[in-house]
Amino acid sequence: MSDVIAPLADKDRIFTNVYGFQDWGIDAAMKRGDWDNTKKLLEIGQDEIIERIKASGLRGRGGAGFPTGMKWSFMPKESKDGRPSFLVINADESEPGSCKDREIVRHDPHKLLEGALIAGFAMRARAAYIYIRGEFIYEAKVLFAAVEQAYEKGFLGKNACGSGYDFDVFVHRGAGAYICGEETAQIESIEGKKGQPRLKPPFPAGAGLYGCPTTVNNVESIAVGPTILRRSPEWFASFGRENNKGTKLFQISGHVNKPCVVEESMGISFKELIDRHCGGIRGGWDNLLAVIPGGSSVPLVPAKEIMDAPMDFDGLRALGSGLGTAAVIVMDKSTDIVRAISRLSYFYKHESCGQCTPCREGTGWMWRVMERLRSGEADISEIDMLQQVTKQVEGHTICALGDAAAWPIQGLIRHFRPEIERRINENKGSAPVMEAAE
Amino acid sequence: MADAVHIPDEAETRARWGAFAWTAENAEQAKKVIARYPAGRQQSAVMPLLDLAQRQVGADTQTNGWLPVPVMEYIADQLEMPYMRVYEVATFYTMYNLAPVGRYHVQVCGTTPCMLRGSDDVFSACKNKGLVKGGTTPDGLFTLSEVECLGACTNAPMVQINDDNFEDLTYDSMSAILDDLAAGKQPKIGPQIERQTSCPEGGPSTLKEMVSENHDYRGDWA
Repeated sequence: MSDVIAPLADKDRIFTNVYGFQDWGIDAAMKRGDWDNTKKLLEIGQDEIIERIKASGLRGRGGAGFPTGMKWSFMPKESKDGRPSFLVINADESEPGSCKDREIVRHDPHKLLEGALIAGFAMRARAAYIYIRGEFIYEAKVLFAAVEQAYEKGFLGKNACGSGYDFDVFVHRGAGAYICGEETAQIESIEGKKGQPRLKPPFPAGAGLYGCPTTVNNVESIAVGPTILRRSPEWFASFGRENNKGTKLFQISGHVNKPCVVEESMGISFKELIDRHCGGIRGGWDNLLAVIPGGSSVPLVPAKEIMDAPMDFDGLRALGSGLGTAAVIVMDKSTDIVRAISRLSYFYKHESCGQCTPCREGTGWMWRVMERLRSGEADISEIDMLQQVTKQVEGHTICALGDAAAWPIQGLIRHFRPEIERRINENKGSAPVMEAAE
Repeated sequence: MADAVHIPDEAETRARWGAFAWTAENAEQAKKVIARYPAGRQQSAVMPLLDLAQRQVGADTQTNGWLPVPVMEYIADQLEMPYMRVYEVATFYTMYNLAPVGRYHVQVCGTTPCMLRGSDDVFSACKNKGLVKGGTTPDGLFTLSEVECLGACTNAPMVQINDDNFEDLTYDSMSAILDDLAAGKQPKIGPQIERQTSCPEGGPSTLKEMVSENHDYRGDWA
């Protein structure tokens, strides 16, 4: 932790209308700097745009943190067989704790649309489909209207922004399925099928939507593109630590005094993030129990370890957790921690698509055992059995939902085993039976 | 699958919905939707059309809508796809109601971020107004469902009722919302406390100029 992270200044915030104090419409957005001579940005050239995104150090904001520029470079530079390429923008935001893409879509939609044009142009895509989760009903209305505004101004469609490049943007609404946030499930869903992930390979960049080369990117990854090009990759890379560059929308929920969404520099320490924007922990810092720093899929981190941790990909990985979508779920000492994790197990049971047996059967099994641990009616040996089963689910499924269901439980057992044992012993109504030494 | 709902396909359902067809306005909308996808890929339109149909059924029945089997068959015909493929989609996604619901579909989020902020109180408020999870009140007004994370976690706890989100709830504010709806009044949408969307309560810690004017920060760029 050699680098000191300076506070992010307002002038360096990308999403200036994140709270929707001002109009999302195209005229107001243009006054804030969106769609400002986009043609000039396109004139940078397709390969050079990708190079600059690479140079900015931008890593995908949807959770996995894959370098965005490199992802774009996997797309074919020319179509040898006449197949078009597609950009799919993932606005299926369903990870418990995550609520940042919602703010971009409903308050700054034109940043997303301008970013779609630039990314689509750079990867030589014919069109973009924005997949927005079905429950974002108001947000989808805004998005449909914003697309219409951009067409009316000639920014999208034939000869987009007068660049000579034809590019369409379509909006596709989901209908309630967490799994459609997985890129190949999302592609299936756009094709009008159940959202069940595909086996890879082939990867989407080879055969994705309608069998054509496709890149799936998160909303935030796409929406920061135009600002990076306008202000230079070096500007973006000046925030955060090595390999963890840029600014990021953090979403802090749970037991803080003022939960909020806020854009900050990557690598800001947990304590600073909470003190600066959330009014501290409910009941003071001594009342902090644990934090899930990256959305429900990552293991929790106990209070004393998270306090000074840098909030970025590598900083949280070093703690055995992850940045994910930067959805920070804070839990104070009033939390029933076993119930909190058990509720996540229920979530994964509910959202398993049912395709792979370890996940379909395992998520239900793990949830039922978690409920036994919660009430204390389990046996001590079931803790190890549960740990073992999570290891049998993890890594044995087509997509990462199985892993995501396993990790929170592993985190709980790693850090709160005494609490689980206490419940079981108390439920038995007697002091723990000590095993005799051999 | 144990908690799968019974899917009505009895003679009465067929008698009531066998002649389902788009209204003129929805027929137009359906055409627009299909045009979003490449020629020959009309199957992509199945999700938006199911949503449209559910809304039309809702308007017909003064409820939040559902998808009778003959309606799914109608969509299958229009998109030239096997009925079973439509049925698969309708049963896979949670937003399609496979059985009738009430005038208001009260969908309370119960996932951990909402749970931490008091979704139990929201459920209690529902219970004390006579709402039962998975059921519809006898007057046909409210159907209560527990749903998984709806993506408004910094405004937890929250409920989605038909198309509207109500956020930053307490026992009292949730009770008041249900009272308002029962009395035919429109409650205030969004946060139920003094708060602008996902901004920290009491005012923003950043970007304060934006509160009163559409500030352009480019002037400060170095």
